[in-house]
Amino acid sequence: MKKHLITATVNGDEVDFTCTAEQTLLDVLRGELQMTGTKNGCGTGDCGACTVIYNGRPVNACLVLGVEVAGAEVETVEGMAKGGDMHPLQQKFLDHAALQCGVCTPGILNMAKAFLEKNPDPTETEVRFGLAGNLCRCTGYDKIVRAVLDAAAEMRASGS
Amino acid sequence: MNNETRTNYKWVGKRTRRPDGVDKVTGRARYGDDMIVPGMLHAKILRSPHAHAKILSIDTSKAEALTGVKAVITSAAIPDHPLSEPPYPPIINDLHDISRNVMAREKVLYDGHAVAAVAATSEAIARQAVKLIEVDYEVLPHVLDPLVAAGPDAPVLHDHQYTFGVEPEPEKPSNVFRVISGARGDIGKGFAEADVIVEREFTSEPVHQGYIEPLACIATASEDGAIEMWTTTQGHFVIRMLCARLLKMDMAMIRVTASEIGGGFGGKNTVYGEPVAIRLSQMTGRPVRMVMTRSEVFRASGPTMGSHTHIRMGAKKDGTITAAEASVHYQAGAFKGSPIGRAVETFFSSYTIPNIKVDSYDVCVNRPKVAAYRAPGAPMACFAAEGAINELAQRLGMDAIDLRLKNAVSDGDESLMGTKYGRIGLIDVLETLKKHDHYSAPLGPNQGRGVALGYWMHGGGLSSVTCILQDDGTLSVATGNPDIGGSRSSMRAMAAEELGIDIELIKPIVADTGSLPYSHLTAGSRTTYATGMAVVYATREVIDKLCALAAKKWEIAVEDISWEAGQAVPAPSAGDGIKALSLKELAGMATKMGGPIAGHSEINAGGAGAAFSAQMVDVEVDPETGFVSPKRYTVVQDVGRAISPDYVEGQIQGGAVQGIGWALNEEYIYDENARLLNTGFLDYRMPVASDVPMIDAVLVEVPNPNHPYGVRGVGEPPLVPAPAAVTNAVENAVGTTMSALPLSPPKVLQAIEAVAAAGGDD
Repeated sequence: MKKHLITATVNGDEVDFTCTAEQTLLDVLRGELQMTGTKNGCGTGDCGACTVIYNGRPVNACLVLGVEVAGAEVETVEGMAKGGDMHPLQQKFLDHAALQCGVCTPGILNMAKAFLEKNPDPTETEVRFGLAGNLCRCTGYDKIVRAVLDAAAEMRASGS
Repeated sequence: MNNETRTNYKWVGKRTRRPDGVDKVTGRARYGDDMIVPGMLHAKILRSPHAHAKILSIDTSKAEALTGVKAVITSAAIPDHPLSEPPYPPIINDLHDISRNVMAREKVLYDGHAVAAVAATSEAIARQAVKLIEVDYEVLPHVLDPLVAAGPDAPVLHDHQYTFGVEPEPEKPSNVFRVISGARGDIGKGFAEADVIVEREFTSEPVHQGYIEPLACIATASEDGAIEMWTTTQGHFVIRMLCARLLKMDMAMIRVTASEIGGGFGGKNTVYGEPVAIRLSQMTGRPVRMVMTRSEVFRASGPTMGSHTHIRMGAKKDGTITAAEASVHYQAGAFKGSPIGRAVETFFSSYTIPNIKVDSYDVCVNRPKVAAYRAPGAPMACFAAEGAINELAQRLGMDAIDLRLKNAVSDGDESLMGTKYGRIGLIDVLETLKKHDHYSAPLGPNQGRGVALGYWMHGGGLSSVTCILQDDGTLSVATGNPDIGGSRSSMRAMAAEELGIDIELIKPIVADTGSLPYSHLTAGSRTTYATGMAVVYATREVIDKLCALAAKKWEIAVEDISWEAGQAVPAPSAGDGIKALSLKELAGMATKMGGPIAGHSEINAGGAGAAFSAQMVDVEVDPETGFVSPKRYTVVQDVGRAISPDYVEGQIQGGAVQGIGWALNEEYIYDENARLLNTGFLDYRMPVASDVPMIDAVLVEVPNPNHPYGVRGVGEPPLVPAPAAVTNAVENAVGTTMSALPLSPPKVLQAIEAVAAAGGDD
């Protein structure tokens, strides 16, 4: 199948890759760019494990085609920590033990980050609905919700 | 040398950041499908569209001719294990069955059963090639329901299977593999003494473990016979053992490395794609990657079984339970081996009932072979038993917790299958739940409250650990157990506590099968118990060696040295002028004074402690739609000792929410041809964050005297009573009994309408 040459920005870096028309952004990230931090839980947009931020919006990378990201900006979990400093959400997930197996964590971090940008002072219920597209089978969500609420409070306090 | 009753620990019981945490929040942690091996091929499996059919012929020629295809295999490429071969060990690892589950041989037995496999240069080509394989089937009648399958007229899956454990010996083959029974006392006398008798039928549907990371592995075979395997598993030593036996290879030639594991819950305890990937790699001389899609995970990897239970329980007016009787059918799926023994063990084991009879049937049906799922066999038994007890409480006009307290087992009692309880915390657990403010909190309109109690006996088993002291005073701890819920954190805490050094100086890892002796699965809540015990023993060997080194240095007897707070301390009698030596100082001396220092432990841990989890849940039922929403959830559990309280709470919270899914939404739905309809997370609906409340995990710590730090095991018990507790809450809200899971909106709505039709809500 014919391959297309695509240029996009991933975590602030300009990258070139080739992909066929049927390859998804998830295939591209994991296969072509070897960025395996974005996880594949279902490939059908039902679990949220592959949530990345695409032109400022959270999306399931398995539902976006590789060719669609030409000229776009994509942020993945690998770009969340800046120069060795982890994002407040990453810190709070560690402090609150908001992960067990950790395979849903990259997607949830991205979803939470995008959610808090829109709603910096959410209620518990709003966090729960904000994360309702991301499955976690280990934690029962309790510590995840607490971590997001705590990160939100810290981000508000620090103005970030 | 147990100090389990101590409480003034420095590291045990503390909330510390987990050692694998940073890698997991930065995307660096590598799971089954995150390994990229140069030159690797991509494998895909052709799966049966039929629930039951004879394989007449398979033509792979068109697939083989496709450009990019490097190998195509069927069961012919996998050694046969005829029936005459004794199972090793019996039942659980029956190679005849496992080889046929990995790749169908004579027949396909369920929708999704593997029939052939392809290795190709890309996933797209492999997918295309699989479609070019032509299989000629003779479709046979199928059976899905365990009661129908156990009957005389059902289509039989295995012509060689004669029911085991019944008299007289059967003359015809049957889908019932075996019957396990347990009894005590005189059941007739027990029911004669009862003032109230409850008799009910309960059913539950198969539910999948629902781990978010699909099954994935990479096999690399060398021409010299060596195999390297990378796989997501709860037990890489078990994967090696099964691959070696299935493929008739030498164990030492197969080295399996466990990836980070993205959830398992029992579902990653056995082989699926691994032997197939090895054969494809041997045939192509290239590494072969095999990753299941989510649909394949649902269709072809084991869910837990559905169940049918007929139960009777009787009690006196004062609440003394006098008799309990159950007959339970578990769906094994296509091959025998549902955990019916665990059903017999767990059915009534929380209570001192003098007269009990339980019969359990292991029944084959045209569904995927069941796998373990968190306390395998217990939640369905608990669902029926606790359902019956809740009805007893209601009919006796007794408080649900008081009824349980009146009949609760205590230290020295014995379960039906002979588990003798040591020190247990059941009464503490029930009393703590009764004192919790949830117990007396008011309920809102359309709300109901439910209670249930669950039991799991726990196990120990084989664990191996090596602790390597580096010459800068840091410690590597290598265990053979994949870390599924935070065990590295607990291993590190126990090692730090023993050695008296900072946890940040200790790095726990999961070693491959070539680097440690056999370690059994991370399963059954055994890891922090058994492997943790091995960590303690291995660090104690390090301490012994450090004390011996200090003795050599000081030229005094080793008996005159003690290990205190991270240093070797000479006895006052050893004389003045000898200064204590720290672990770091001794570590630096070691290579010059004898050699590197490591401690080892290889154990078969016994003495695991039984544990009980009592749960209380409030639900709100929408009277117009039947939709059930859990509003408040409290779990009180005896955890022995919480080495890492954060992860103990996490296990409890996750277990309870899995139970909510089991009770309310999750089930396998088949069409009339026994094809699975809901093969994705959209239709197989697991709880999402907005479906559930916070889960209040209350830890009761009654230390297990058989573990150096009092560990019991934590992960299994929280799931056991959850479906029963949720069901009881729905019953309370709706005002009628509910006996068939899941309690999906149509079923609940039907119950609401039946109550209304019967004349109200009294």
